[in-house]
Amino acid sequence: MTGIRLRRNLTTLSFLAPALIGITVFFLYPLISAVYFSFTKFDLLSVPRWVGLDNYRRMVDDPFLLQSVRNTLWMVVVFVPVRIIGAISLSMLLTNLKRGAGFFRTVFYLPALVPPVAATIAFVYLLKPGTGPVNVFLGHLGIEGPLWFNSPVWAKPSLVLLGLWAIGDLMVIFLAAVLGVPESLYEAASLDGANAWHRFRYVTMPTIQPVILFAAVTGVIYTLQYFDQAAVAGSIASGQASTGGGVSSSFGFPEGSTFTYPLWLYTVGFRYNALGYANALAVVLFVVALAVTVILLRRAKAFSGEES
Amino acid sequence: MTALLEAPPVVRKATQNRVRRENRLAWIAKHSIAIVLVIMFATPVIYLVLLSLMTSNQALTSDYWPNTWHPENYLRVFQVTPLPRYLLNTVVYAGLATVFTLASSIPAAYALAKLKFRGSNVLFLTVICVMMLPPQVVTVPLYLMWARYGLTGSLWPLIIPTLFGDAFCIFLLRQFLLTIPSEYLDAARVDGCGEWRTLLRVVLPMARPGIAAAGLFQFFFSWNDYYGPLLYTSENERAWTLSLGLASFHSVHHVDWNLVTAATVLAMAPLIVIFFFAQRAFVQGITLTGVKG
Repeated sequence: MTGIRLRRNLTTLSFLAPALIGITVFFLYPLISAVYFSFTKFDLLSVPRWVGLDNYRRMVDDPFLLQSVRNTLWMVVVFVPVRIIGAISLSMLLTNLKRGAGFFRTVFYLPALVPPVAATIAFVYLLKPGTGPVNVFLGHLGIEGPLWFNSPVWAKPSLVLLGLWAIGDLMVIFLAAVLGVPESLYEAASLDGANAWHRFRYVTMPTIQPVILFAAVTGVIYTLQYFDQAAVAGSIASGQASTGGGVSSSFGFPEGSTFTYPLWLYTVGFRYNALGYANALAVVLFVVALAVTVILLRRAKAFSGEES
Repeated sequence: MTALLEAPPVVRKATQNRVRRENRLAWIAKHSIAIVLVIMFATPVIYLVLLSLMTSNQALTSDYWPNTWHPENYLRVFQVTPLPRYLLNTVVYAGLATVFTLASSIPAAYALAKLKFRGSNVLFLTVICVMMLPPQVVTVPLYLMWARYGLTGSLWPLIIPTLFGDAFCIFLLRQFLLTIPSEYLDAARVDGCGEWRTLLRVVLPMARPGIAAAGLFQFFFSWNDYYGPLLYTSENERAWTLSLGLASFHSVHHVDWNLVTAATVLAMAPLIVIFFFAQRAFVQGITLTGVKG
């Protein structure tokens, strides 16, 4: 009897072995290292030296950290809700179209496939202050377009526009959710005299609420690691040195307005080689990301996909 | 509704006409919005393509229509940059990462979805935590680890970990495998199949759509990845991927916007072609990542 159980356990283990090794070596080990390193001071050439809480104290008066936290918070507060509202609106529109829904869906989805670097380059050109087509078009309407990626005020909204353009993934998730709302609920609401807005507000919204929570949490996590678009936009808009070779001095252009938390972490670690401090920043990022994840796991049981 | 049925025929007809007219107005309004949105979504790509076909002088102006057409820009991109090398690196990275991820993640996903074992809940929660972890958190320790083995400056630090499962892929496949009725597996077991044979002979063929979706996601992720290659290969241009080459291409050829945009179009074209062949797998895969209402 024990022999059979042992064999079964060994089989299960053989299924899980690669993943268990992966989680240990590429998740647990570096995570524990990061916590340890966050109490040390070292660079690529030196040995870690214990400095206690120095790295965490350093955070208190780090003007760049403050700036990057502000920018990342701005993105969390604006970028995430705007994308969710955009995705819900698009999916509502698609479910209400009687003709050509498949065509529209494909067109709305496609930009999500464009590599972030390529999409960012496209948007910097599109939104070029002088000769970009958007400002030329606005000029025809008699509106003087903003400087977009070259303006400290408009650079982050430009990134939001870029995020809205690449909204396809989120749209498909909401589309599935909206299509999953039972037709009978709508019929019942109609019989009670509900108009389109009421049906959306009191039938659609409550039913897709778990999906909204899911999208909010994954959106916040995504925003916490927002790197590619901010780095490339700063580099291309500034017309400065490459983002490919080494670390660019154009991070955060213009005037640090696109300088996100991950950009600062990267700069500290791989440009200043202050690896201890970079790990302290990483630990803070981990705590925040974990807190957000826990909200998701506790609130949305459906997310874990349990059959019960 | 009931009021409508009780009304005298003439009134009913008038009301129906009104309803129909309103419906038609709503129809026109919705489709107009949709068409405006299509223009907005398509413009960036169309503009890029047009720009890539101009002379470099015209690309500096505010024109949007090429005076003369220059498809040879696409050939020049290959001449003035190591694009073939970037492309090769990207294909190797994305290709190996996809194959490795699937091979290592499918068994784990199967165990999580269909086998009962102690600690399966804890393991699944861990997988979700790994999935949610911003890559920047573990960047420095991992970089130091790969530096110790002398593998920085290559794409191997990004490829090797895919041999050991990917959290998102495991999650996605588990969600998919849960939808396969366990009766099929039980039947195979009654016929004397071991768990591995059940997985290979029964589950794999049934899970093809889910596997396709997971593979596509991994492929696209690796193809588009910028942070990873920037971190590990920025000092060694021979190992650069398309994303990295594209981001720095601009700084070298920043006056030749026609060439920059041609390279950009070349980087996105393969993905769009793949999408049209695998649209269904995609949509199904994305739907699985969300919650079932």
